[in-house]
Amino acid sequence: MTVQSQVVGDDLLLHDLEEEAHHDDGSMTTLGFWIYLMSDCILFSAIFATFAVLHNNTAGGPDAKSLFSLPYAAVETGCLLLSSLTYGMAMLAMQRDAKAQVVRWLGVTLLLGAGFMTLEIHEFMDLIAQGAGPDRSAFLSSFFTLVGTHGLHVLSGMVWMVVLITHVLRRGLTPENRTRLMCLSLFWHFLDIVWIGVFTLVYLSGVAA
Amino acid sequence: MMGKLTLSAIPYNIPIVMGAVAGMIIAAVTVLGLVTYFRLWGYLWKNWLTSVDHKKIGVMYIILALVMLLRGFADALMMRSQQALASNGGAGYLPPEHFDQVFTAHGVIMIFFMAMPFIVGLMNFVVPLQLGARDVAFPYINNMAFWLTVVGALLINISLAIGNFARTGWLAYPPLSELHYSPGVGVDYYLWALQIAGVGTLMGGVNFITTILKMRAPGMTMMKMPIFCWTALCANILIVASFPILTATLGMLALDRYLGMHFFTNSGGGNPMMYINLIWTWGHPEVYILILPCFGVFSEVIATFSRKPLFGYKSMVYATACITVLAFVVWLHHFFTMGSGANVNAFFGIATMVIAIPTGAKIFNWLFTMFRGQVEFSVPVLWTIGFMVTFTIGGMTGVLMAVPPADFVLHNSLFLIAHFHNVIIGGVVFGCMAGMNYWFPKAFGFKLDERLGKASFWCWIVGFYIAFMPLYALGMMGMTRRMDRVDNPVWHVYLIVAAGGALIIAAGIGLQILQIVYSIWKRVELRDLTGDPWNARTLEWATSSPPADYNFARTPDGSSIDAYWEAKRKGTAHPNPAASYRPIHMPSNTGTGIIVSGFAMAMGFALVWHIWWLAVASFAAIPVLIINHSFNENRSFYVPGDVVARTEAAASR
Repeated sequence: MTVQSQVVGDDLLLHDLEEEAHHDDGSMTTLGFWIYLMSDCILFSAIFATFAVLHNNTAGGPDAKSLFSLPYAAVETGCLLLSSLTYGMAMLAMQRDAKAQVVRWLGVTLLLGAGFMTLEIHEFMDLIAQGAGPDRSAFLSSFFTLVGTHGLHVLSGMVWMVVLITHVLRRGLTPENRTRLMCLSLFWHFLDIVWIGVFTLVYLSGVAA
Repeated sequence: MMGKLTLSAIPYNIPIVMGAVAGMIIAAVTVLGLVTYFRLWGYLWKNWLTSVDHKKIGVMYIILALVMLLRGFADALMMRSQQALASNGGAGYLPPEHFDQVFTAHGVIMIFFMAMPFIVGLMNFVVPLQLGARDVAFPYINNMAFWLTVVGALLINISLAIGNFARTGWLAYPPLSELHYSPGVGVDYYLWALQIAGVGTLMGGVNFITTILKMRAPGMTMMKMPIFCWTALCANILIVASFPILTATLGMLALDRYLGMHFFTNSGGGNPMMYINLIWTWGHPEVYILILPCFGVFSEVIATFSRKPLFGYKSMVYATACITVLAFVVWLHHFFTMGSGANVNAFFGIATMVIAIPTGAKIFNWLFTMFRGQVEFSVPVLWTIGFMVTFTIGGMTGVLMAVPPADFVLHNSLFLIAHFHNVIIGGVVFGCMAGMNYWFPKAFGFKLDERLGKASFWCWIVGFYIAFMPLYALGMMGMTRRMDRVDNPVWHVYLIVAAGGALIIAAGIGLQILQIVYSIWKRVELRDLTGDPWNARTLEWATSSPPADYNFARTPDGSSIDAYWEAKRKGTAHPNPAASYRPIHMPSNTGTGIIVSGFAMAMGFALVWHIWWLAVASFAAIPVLIINHSFNENRSFYVPGDVVARTEAAASR
């Protein structure tokens, strides 16, 4: 069927309550994103479960106690937790319609994320150099996979942050961009929570055992 | 430059494979040639391939499912004939390494690329219409999800021509699927086809939960939704809760194979049983993902054709929800023989038997819906009654195997094969066929031919019993699954009978194709101008057939369980089409989904063959395209009120 149509931008529609809407005031996107996050949570739980089952299978190789340093992991944790705080500041700035501050806080968050990633990559390189790479034992396979999957999530969050900074700079704090910032906020805090699990199960109980 | 890929990857020397490949190439060239000859590329691209219309995406899913049904069924015929020929001293015609690929491909294709697309296709087409919505929550993601599923199906078909497919069985158990025992590309094809298609399925799950929770017509509370929407909601909850486990599990197997890790290997501290636990915590919910929407189809069909409201609507909802939860606490019954101890086995055995209770409640609900109704024995009803009988038998053999000591005898025997085909064919396939016959007139504006539909049904059901009842007996006699030849002459006659049954099913499939072709030919006689050919009850029938792009000219009222039936009773079902209409806001089509999927395809193929530059390049292209799409600001448009008025006037002429 050929339907003559008139093309308009998305945000004009949000204020137009008269139409027969294919409606999304942002709440649909946010709900959908929550559901996605829960599925991601299950992805992590499968990997956590695998780590829990395999963490003693060192196959004669090094174990958690001999490999991990708590202070190092604490600095990583600090970076990530602080970045959640700064993201929260960005969201507060968004509520005040302070575009420049949003971008600034997102920039700080990005730097902290980059700091975390640098520490993690350095730790991985160090382990591999010691002969404790992911192919050494089932324990190390599950360690690298669990921490690495979290790291890849952080990395994609950072890419997303760069994209959102561009969006905000180009079009300002439009309703659509607010929804996007909200979704990334959920994602970023979610990664924090997962990291708490990683820190507890992998580092704390690994070194304490 | 080309990784492991050389010309020797093409199996020139195996005539059966080359014949199949030639057939596929001829079919593909014919279709592409016709499209080019009739200059349909522009039309297809604009109206179908890039469409975000849930109805068109639904139809495309079902076309994919039907095509893959033919491929998967060809595998089934090969297995049945090989076992019939190679059970009395003969060698048959399939060498073991080929037979092993055939049974693996059969399982993977039938579950992931026939049953799943069919179910997802039905949900896509029906759910928004039943909700009184204009589309799904995320139309662009819907389109991408479809194309990612297509990529998975294509990768599996490519494996036939280039390289080979896994020889591991449909769940690729390690350590057999590890690099050490499966050094070829077969398992890699398996992994990447399922990973890519699985991402698509997960996107669909998120999309449909959001759609059902947020886009119901005014007045339609959760407990007033059509039952098919309830089953779709539960199936999609299962998708979102279980597919990530599949992704993680296959990801770990891929890490074992590609980076030498030790999750599931025999050496290095790996634990193969970990894989088997993980894959079944996805795999068992998966069977409910398939069957729940079919229960929904049967509910709609039986209420419509009994001319009565569904008996026990609430109990149906609670039963569905119960099954959704229980689906996650029975996975271990797939491997009682692991040896996890009497108490663990007892728990999972009892949990498994408990599932029979809500399922039994459903069977009684359908029976009571028919009781004292004016049941019309149309094609969808035949499939439904065939289902009730067949599925009950399959359910009972399932309860039998839920007894752990019995399972130790029957594990991996043909009894198991007979059981799950009994529930999957009797439940899922019959449900898909009932759904296709029921909603076809809504999708295309004309009905499917009744006589051919009935003939096809009888071939299917008779063929099913003849093909699978002997397998129960063989299982009892100790024949295990996946054998390319057997030495016991006593089994020979059973396998001959089973092969005969498969041929009768083949006749059923043939009649189905004929039914579709004949109905298209006779479409003028079979035309339905009312939009409601069955005198049905739910909102999808309240609009024209096929519905306009925007589904409903005015948002319908959903404030009773059988909303359309209620409206017909009150005389408010068809308001004056000449009235004026407000503009309708609709999403625009986008090519991003299909282009991204093209790169996903290149990435999958490159990973299989270790063509690293291509894998990295196409992997990098995907986020670039998606980010680029996020800068596209023309993502929706208005259908002006006078265009709606003209469309409605044309539809009601």
